[in-house]
Amino acid sequence: MAEKGSEIRLDHVTKRYPGQKAAAVEDFSMVVPAGKIVVFVGPSGCGKTTTMRMINRLIEPTSGTITIGGEDALKIDPDDLRRRVGYAIQQAGLFPHFTVAQNIGVVPGLLGWDRKKTADRVEEMMDLVGLDPGEFSGRFPRQLSGGQQQRVGVARALAADPPVLLMDEPFGAVDPITRGHLQDELLRLQNELRKTIVFVTHDFDEAVKLGDKIAVLGDRSTILQYDTPDAILANPADDTVAGFVGAGASLKALTLLRVRDVELGQAVTARVDALPSTVELGEERFVLVLDQRDRPLRWVHLKELAHAKSLAGAGRPVQDSVTLQSTLRDALEAMVNEGGRAVVTGNRGEYVGTLDLTTVTEVVQRLRANA
Amino acid sequence: MTAERIRFWAQPVAVLLIVGGVLAWVFSSRLTATEKSTLNASSLVKALADHLLMTVVVTAIVVLVAVPAGIVATRPWARWLAPVFLAIANVGQAAPALGVLVLWFLLTGASGGLWVAALPLAFYSLLPVLRNTIVGLQQVDPSLVDAGRGIGMSASGVLWRVEFPLATPLILAGLRTSLVLAVGTATFGLFVNAGGFGLLIDTGYKLNLMKVLVTGSALAAGLALLVDWIGAVIEQWFGPKGLR
Repeated sequence: MAEKGSEIRLDHVTKRYPGQKAAAVEDFSMVVPAGKIVVFVGPSGCGKTTTMRMINRLIEPTSGTITIGGEDALKIDPDDLRRRVGYAIQQAGLFPHFTVAQNIGVVPGLLGWDRKKTADRVEEMMDLVGLDPGEFSGRFPRQLSGGQQQRVGVARALAADPPVLLMDEPFGAVDPITRGHLQDELLRLQNELRKTIVFVTHDFDEAVKLGDKIAVLGDRSTILQYDTPDAILANPADDTVAGFVGAGASLKALTLLRVRDVELGQAVTARVDALPSTVELGEERFVLVLDQRDRPLRWVHLKELAHAKSLAGAGRPVQDSVTLQSTLRDALEAMVNEGGRAVVTGNRGEYVGTLDLTTVTEVVQRLRANA
Repeated sequence: MTAERIRFWAQPVAVLLIVGGVLAWVFSSRLTATEKSTLNASSLVKALADHLLMTVVVTAIVVLVAVPAGIVATRPWARWLAPVFLAIANVGQAAPALGVLVLWFLLTGASGGLWVAALPLAFYSLLPVLRNTIVGLQQVDPSLVDAGRGIGMSASGVLWRVEFPLATPLILAGLRTSLVLAVGTATFGLFVNAGGFGLLIDTGYKLNLMKVLVTGSALAAGLALLVDWIGAVIEQWFGPKGLR
């Protein structure tokens, strides 16, 4: 599967609404490189959404040209074009009377795939976004949490394997913790899929976390700065951009580093069905209990271990864990929540290591030394 | 669940008890010859058939006119039509049904019958379905329409697969109201030779035959309640899944 992304080129694109003096988008030119995530970030009403919606022609540009993979988007039938461009919006926009499987299968259906191929694809997509097909495919959107709905929204956008994905504040309506998880997941997906993604948000932190490049937009969608996140953090082009970057730049720099970039520690681990007396702690004071599939469950202290009958109920549960794709900032938060080391998990939720505060402070010191 | 089920079945059971009770009372008593000429199985069945036919035809006209009109009036290129259509339907409902019926009868100059009754009664029952179709389509979340278009559905695809199904609960609620209006006003059908239970009520009143009058009224009321209940059943069965 997985068609890789194609380049999007906008050339002197302008949108002018009749009866309005100022253009909504004025003379916008940009190259979105193939297989990268470009984030449009800017204040409400700056025209970032309008600009994005011209790429799949939900809004027709007044003048200018747009090409996707070298093909002139304005010459393709709009419905055909949109079937080839993934589209995910805030609050997912799922059809409430369609089941999860039907929602994901809409675009394959429009493209005339047969039933079998569509069903297989739907299942594959649900696996990809981490929803168990057996449990969720027959559910209606109302029966899902906000984060799950958003996952279905992403699965629907990806179902027909489009080379290009447009995302309009897709994680804007979920709580911060879920948003963090969804962002991590998008990055994991992108690692595999390498689509060209245009992502609109007004949250600069989200832009820094997700973007390979960030376009900071001002009024009438003028490009104030278009660069990599570290370049914008280090060197804001002007005061407006600097204002958008905001305070706490060194903490924000932590969002540029992923857990996979630093060296992980290891905890003493034990399977949940192991006898407590067989656990060898050595120097350590805690043992991390894993389930049958190596996913972290609980921390058990040395003292509790001595008189625990089984590992299943002893100690306290692992409440917050991070993945290899998580940022160091998320890891820092997990450490504060957990009151110690953060547990790091891999793609399937399996334990891969731990991360402690010393490692993060060392990284921060190194960043400062280099700056 | 059980409370819901009891409420669901209470209406048809009550109708059967009342209608059955009235019929049992009437047919177990001694009937005069005049009464017998109206109160016999074949003429009761004929009145029921006429009444039902009128109701069905009226409802069919209402659906065929109001639903397409409601859809047109919510398309972006014809939004201005919504108030026009609603004003017309409002006139239909505000005017007394009997007056419209008789005026139409006089205008057509015909000898009456089913179709002379059906058209003005449909005009009278139009508003609920029309209004609910318009409101039902208008209250569909615009972001769903945007999502539908955004993933490549055509305008008509969005209408039939997203907007219309999501509007059906309201449309069906309107249909239920229209059905009840139709079955009620169908009692006026006798004035234009279309029969129905109105015939029994009229005969009973004019000839001062209490039993005929009561039978006609009870049957008309029972049928209205039953039709209302059928409307409720349709709402439950044909409404889109996943909304509750």
